[in-house]
Amino acid sequence: MLVYAFLYLPIAWLALVSFNSSRSVSEFTGFSLQWYAELLDDERVLQALDLTLRLALTSAVVCAVIGTLAAFGLRRAFRGRSAWALVLTLPMVVPEVVMGVSLLAFCVKLAGIPLGFWALLVAHVSFSMSFVVVVVRARLSGMGPCLEEAAADLGAGPFTAFRTVTWPLVLPAVAAGAAFAFLLSFDDVVTSNYLGGVGSTTLPVYVYGQASKRGVSPEIVALSTGMVAVSAVLLVAGVAIASRRARRASSSVVEVVGVPQGG
Amino acid sequence: MLGPASVWLALFFLAPMALVAQYSFATRELGVLRVVLPWTTQAYRSVLDPAFLPIFGRTVLYAGLTTVICLMLGFPLAWFIARHSGRWRSVLIAAVLIPFWSSFLARIYAWKALLDDSGFLFTDGAVVLGLSYGFLPFMVLPLYVACERMDYRQVEASYDLGHGRLSTFWHVVLPGVAPGVLAGSLLVFVPAAGDFVTPKLLGGVDQSTFGSVIDDQFRGGNNWPLGSAMAVVLLGLVAIVLVARGKRGEDVL
Repeated sequence: MLVYAFLYLPIAWLALVSFNSSRSVSEFTGFSLQWYAELLDDERVLQALDLTLRLALTSAVVCAVIGTLAAFGLRRAFRGRSAWALVLTLPMVVPEVVMGVSLLAFCVKLAGIPLGFWALLVAHVSFSMSFVVVVVRARLSGMGPCLEEAAADLGAGPFTAFRTVTWPLVLPAVAAGAAFAFLLSFDDVVTSNYLGGVGSTTLPVYVYGQASKRGVSPEIVALSTGMVAVSAVLLVAGVAIASRRARRASSSVVEVVGVPQGG
Repeated sequence: MLGPASVWLALFFLAPMALVAQYSFATRELGVLRVVLPWTTQAYRSVLDPAFLPIFGRTVLYAGLTTVICLMLGFPLAWFIARHSGRWRSVLIAAVLIPFWSSFLARIYAWKALLDDSGFLFTDGAVVLGLSYGFLPFMVLPLYVACERMDYRQVEASYDLGHGRLSTFWHVVLPGVAPGVLAGSLLVFVPAAGDFVTPKLLGGVDQSTFGSVIDDQFRGGNNWPLGSAMAVVLLGLVAIVLVARGKRGEDVL
């Protein structure tokens, strides 16, 4: 239980300070929402938020489509399948800084992709896609071929079997994978730092820039609290849905939303 | 069906890596942001230069300490969660998943704000604390999976056969959860070695690590070949850890 305190006290303290009425982070003088109000007035923050959300949504959709396709492609056994599976999960173990600098060199020197939205999208899809592949693959191998075989035995054609049996079973995993991709993109600071270029600053990059330049400021405290809150809300919603489903289908929560068990 | 993902990764993941590998053998042209061949190993000689040794040592020390601290904090927690069942367990796991999926940057920033004015900021301790805090959930989740898979009756049997707590832990529990320990250590050590956000925010000039030096080489446009060579060395480290993990950790991670 003490470990939970260690995990949560800093976040709780951050949230508390974000509601402080004075600029100080060490003494609490009263409740106020002024730092949040200031954020909503700040043109740079709003622009960054807009870019971050567009990027995270696009990346999640692209990852869900090509990641799910890849997971289905890995379903059949074929020569070299484990090698494919390894390459598809490799981005999960490569340090982010290495991915960031290599894509920077690639975009600027080789491919001529201008830094900004498209370069960011390329990077975010590359490091998030593996998570969709892993989650969807886990679901596919967990459900086995029995139900689809039963559908075929009962006279369903391959398309009908897919639409009425396979897809409904896989959909939660696709959604979970897409949600992961969204969160990974929403929180990414390392690769975005290199690929944003001038004028395309995502929210985490803005926070990082402010945090490393100046001392502690209450606006950034409020912004950080907001970022943690977004992830927490998405996750609690995800876990709630998953555990309801798990109770129905008797599969574990971790299997649906938990550890990306690949690598 | 593998097509789109393969093409994407080949273009935007493998090709950039190959480019960096190529850059690591190039020389830089001073003044302009250009790297030129012919091939040289100059960048690697700089990495292996004794002047670099402290950075290398510090990085390994930070990442190693972080891994050990995360193991010591993470194991009791993972065991605790695995011994619960039903609804409670879901809640306990969710409580680990929230920090796992929350912004790493925001959570490190919390420590910067918390330690502000304390005098502890910009020390080695602050960086290791931040790294341990940041990566703890990465340790807990694979450990939890390993603990949950372990048959608790083995522990009871060990007690029945007269083993004490320590002996049971050493001879029964530890071998049982070894794959989780390996997987978790990998998930903590590798990103901790490559991270530059934590040393930049919580450390000072004397706390620069491998990750932050790579960052300096690329961001300032200072020395891309040197940064590339360091990136290749970091990838080599990842490869070593992956091979060392071998077959045992595979089913957990």
